[in-house]
Amino acid sequence: MFKKILIANRGEIAVRIMRACRELNIATVAVYSDADRAALHTRVADEATHIGASPPRESYLNIEKIIDAARATNADAIHPGYGFLAENAEFAQAVNDAGVVFIGPSPFSIRAMGDKAHARERMIASRVPVAPGFQDADDDASLENAAREIGYPVLIKAAAGGGGKAMRVVNDARAFLEELNAARREALNAFGDARVILEKYVSNARHIEFQILADKFGNTIHLFERECSIQRRHQKIIEETPSPLLDEALREKMGNAAVAAARAVNYENAGTIEFIVDPDTRDFYFLEMNTRLQVEHPITEMTTGLDLAQWQIRIASGEKLSVSSEQSSVSSLQSPVSIYQRGHALECRVYAEDPSNNFLPSTGRVLDLQLPNMPGVRADSGIATGDEISAFYDPLLVKLVAHAETRDAALAKMHSALREFCLLGVTTNVEFLQAVLAHPTFRAGDATTRFLEEIGDWSLETEDWRLEQALMAAALVEMLEKKVASVEVAGENDPYSPWRTNGAFHVGGELPTDDERING
Amino acid sequence: MMQRFFFFFLCYNSRGKLIMNILHSHLNPTSPEFQANAEFHRALAQELRERINTARQGGGEKYRARHEAQGKIFVRERINRLLDDGSPFLELSPLAAFELYDSEAPSAGIVTGIGRVSGQEVMIIANDATVKGGSYLPLTVKKHLRAQEIAQENFLPCIYLVDSGGAFLPLQDQVFPDADHFGRIFYNQARMSALGIPQIAAVMGSCTAGGAYVPAMSDEAIIVRGTGTIFLGGPPLVKAATGEVVTADELGGADVHTRKSGVADHFAEDDEDALELARGIVETLNRQTKLAVTVEPPQEPLYDAQEIYGILPRTFREAYDVRELIARVVDGSRFREFKARYGTTLVCGFARIHGYPIGIIANNGILFSESALKGTHFIELCSQRGIPLLFLQNITGFMVGKQYEAGGIAKDGAKLVNAVSNASVPKLTIIVGGSFGAGNYGMAGRAYQPRFLWMYPNARISVMGGEQAANVLLTIKQEQLEREGKPLLNAEEQQEFMRPTLEKYEYEGSPYYSTARLWDDGVIDPAETRTVLALALSVVLNAPEVKGNFGVFRM
Repeated sequence: MFKKILIANRGEIAVRIMRACRELNIATVAVYSDADRAALHTRVADEATHIGASPPRESYLNIEKIIDAARATNADAIHPGYGFLAENAEFAQAVNDAGVVFIGPSPFSIRAMGDKAHARERMIASRVPVAPGFQDADDDASLENAAREIGYPVLIKAAAGGGGKAMRVVNDARAFLEELNAARREALNAFGDARVILEKYVSNARHIEFQILADKFGNTIHLFERECSIQRRHQKIIEETPSPLLDEALREKMGNAAVAAARAVNYENAGTIEFIVDPDTRDFYFLEMNTRLQVEHPITEMTTGLDLAQWQIRIASGEKLSVSSEQSSVSSLQSPVSIYQRGHALECRVYAEDPSNNFLPSTGRVLDLQLPNMPGVRADSGIATGDEISAFYDPLLVKLVAHAETRDAALAKMHSALREFCLLGVTTNVEFLQAVLAHPTFRAGDATTRFLEEIGDWSLETEDWRLEQALMAAALVEMLEKKVASVEVAGENDPYSPWRTNGAFHVGGELPTDDERING
Repeated sequence: MMQRFFFFFLCYNSRGKLIMNILHSHLNPTSPEFQANAEFHRALAQELRERINTARQGGGEKYRARHEAQGKIFVRERINRLLDDGSPFLELSPLAAFELYDSEAPSAGIVTGIGRVSGQEVMIIANDATVKGGSYLPLTVKKHLRAQEIAQENFLPCIYLVDSGGAFLPLQDQVFPDADHFGRIFYNQARMSALGIPQIAAVMGSCTAGGAYVPAMSDEAIIVRGTGTIFLGGPPLVKAATGEVVTADELGGADVHTRKSGVADHFAEDDEDALELARGIVETLNRQTKLAVTVEPPQEPLYDAQEIYGILPRTFREAYDVRELIARVVDGSRFREFKARYGTTLVCGFARIHGYPIGIIANNGILFSESALKGTHFIELCSQRGIPLLFLQNITGFMVGKQYEAGGIAKDGAKLVNAVSNASVPKLTIIVGGSFGAGNYGMAGRAYQPRFLWMYPNARISVMGGEQAANVLLTIKQEQLEREGKPLLNAEEQQEFMRPTLEKYEYEGSPYYSTARLWDDGVIDPAETRTVLALALSVVLNAPEVKGNFGVFRM
């Protein structure tokens, strides 16, 4: 097992991984930028190394500095988290070349899945269903022909990309070339690679993904699905498992396809196969593979009882998953664990963004943070009271996860957790999350990936309303508590007089106010 | 868990030295015994609150409505508005006259207590006109005089909110003629004024006959238009005496007294205006109290005050370590004990409450000669150092028997009584358990002039315990029967003989029996001990320091 792991990330995921390390008795190294000098992940780690200025390119995306940091601290493995360099094959290669273990798949697997065109080819070869599409050529004429053959609407995607960037839906042929060029420009900007592929666009799709765990010995299992259809501009917001759409048969079929997909690239470590599912036909198509730990991994942890972050480390250190023929148990060498889905789990992502202002990222200082504390609720947080939220990084602040026996119970629990959640100083999307959870379509389990934009106007209460409420509450507290007892007066020389600091204490209990007396 | 953590954290001082004087609690708040105690005493506290709350309603809805119809504010609300926002109110004897006068005189018809007005601690004495028209029953007089006594001892300005028909005529023989009757009120006003203790009256209702002297004897007086009247004889008396027909307002209203007679100084439009004027007068008093003691930043005790309910046993037969109680009252649960190994049935030591220094003397069993000598020594120490004394009374008495009498327990007890009587520092007493016999004297009972004396709801006070009294009477009876050659009482007859004595002592020993008769300044909720003591300590420090001598100690 490793002695010390460097976590090449920040925020809640860095903290999450450090906790996993601590439980495995492994020392941790944080890396941090200028903006993160006092960030939570910097403080939680056993040691922390400064790696550069605040812009990610100069710190968290700087391969050389991170590898230098690992060398300087004698870390024997690097965990990339998600985002930043997590799916960068070059980084994985550089880590391996430096004689440090990369906690994740091989550079080969990353590369194979990172290129959308090649990935499609491999999936087709392994008989994993893919959406009708085209990845064989890159000239305008071939692509335009292919689009006509697939039938509009079609989706243009960057071959090298992911995460919704450079992705365009084209509804009819006239707009095709224009959108194609725009997609190529964006792809070049985002990934340094202008190649694109085409796919049939399933307009009312559900986004359902399968968690994969694979060891170095060829054992590959899945840990069931997560549904992530609640998205805004391809950014997931609410995830849940099990999916309300799947039945046992479809679940088994998709699970087998996911395992086949992972095997097709000799995948090892934790990964996720994303599918889109047409709820009408119940056909499913391979979308892409995320060769890393997902943001939404906690809901799988809640329903399976496995610690995915720990399993990533154990697999990378050479531990074997022993898998029964039914692919229903996973074990360390000592103790097999049956894998089944227990209950229902939901995750809500609390973002520093302002729903009433077009979801623009918000910044500021966290004046007070109170995380819900109740049975079955988990809060993965990367921030603490006093932290500064800057505009340099992903606005994800906290992930709230609720686990209960049924979907309805989990929803109720999540509502309750969101009510208890309190973050002052930075605008968040908590009220938006509440509104989405309360929507009948979501409650019925019928939401598709277009759900949020279809509703469009979430008519959230305005800030003015909240300010007014807050002022009224503050005034009431002042009036009722009367804690601000009489002020010190001139000539008074008792600095701690109990007459100033005990509030309106009355022998035998507080006096009823006029109103209480009149009403009762 | 956190409590334990902080406990260890606080065990070290700034020099990293282990602080030796922190009281460690040895109680288990989850034990059945603790829980049963807690349930018992919490119920007693609840009963206390309910009784006080009932008393606060005054004369009831009908009289309240009549009162308010005249544009007058109810007495409790008057006090509330007079006080600074957020000021505590250390009310005195809210259960005076409890179950007396056919239960028709809640709080004895007068509300007294200490509060903060314009930044100063003042004594407020306010008639409740919804109770017998605010007239003075015997206990009303006693309560008024006790409030004045506290004001005088502690140099507190007095604010009288007058709304009274004067002496309660049917009981005139119990309110008028004697030394501690009605006349003493004005005597006190004159004496206090002479001592420089301001006397302020707001006439917010009638103020008839002798009552007229309350504003007249005050340094400054306010009168409310329409409702306030001051006259020696009211319209019926005037008509009877001289035939003159006159209205109350013409005879002694606000206009007459502020424009013509000069009996009052300030004209108030209504109750609210009068209270605001009173606050303004306090602002002009130009008083400065000099603290005669050192103060430190207050610290909460390390243990929850609510746990006091679980400490106190349910009967006096069970013993408990009084340090457990002290640990939940004093700052940081720090208690520097004096002579810890000597005379162990009396616990003495220094502590702070809300930053103020205090010397605590607490019973931890029956008093022996050694305990009395130790207490005497400790009182001398506190007197010399100017540290106020707190007596926590839970005492069945002094040890009796041949050996102890021969050892001179009477003269050692007398030393303690001598020291308690002559101590020049302020004394505060709380009867937290039993208060029986001579123990009451040595522990600063009512007769020993503590500045304040409170009782816990579980306390009992009588010349001796009911069982002891019944047994004494039984022994005498049996001896008498023996002398007369009659058959002695059998077991059943003995029980029957003792029963009335037991019942009488149980009834008369109750803290409610006591507080109704003003043998104390109120029954307090044990969980509020610290707050009450903190406020009281601040109050007693208003008086200038005096030095005194002790009498002859019989050696």
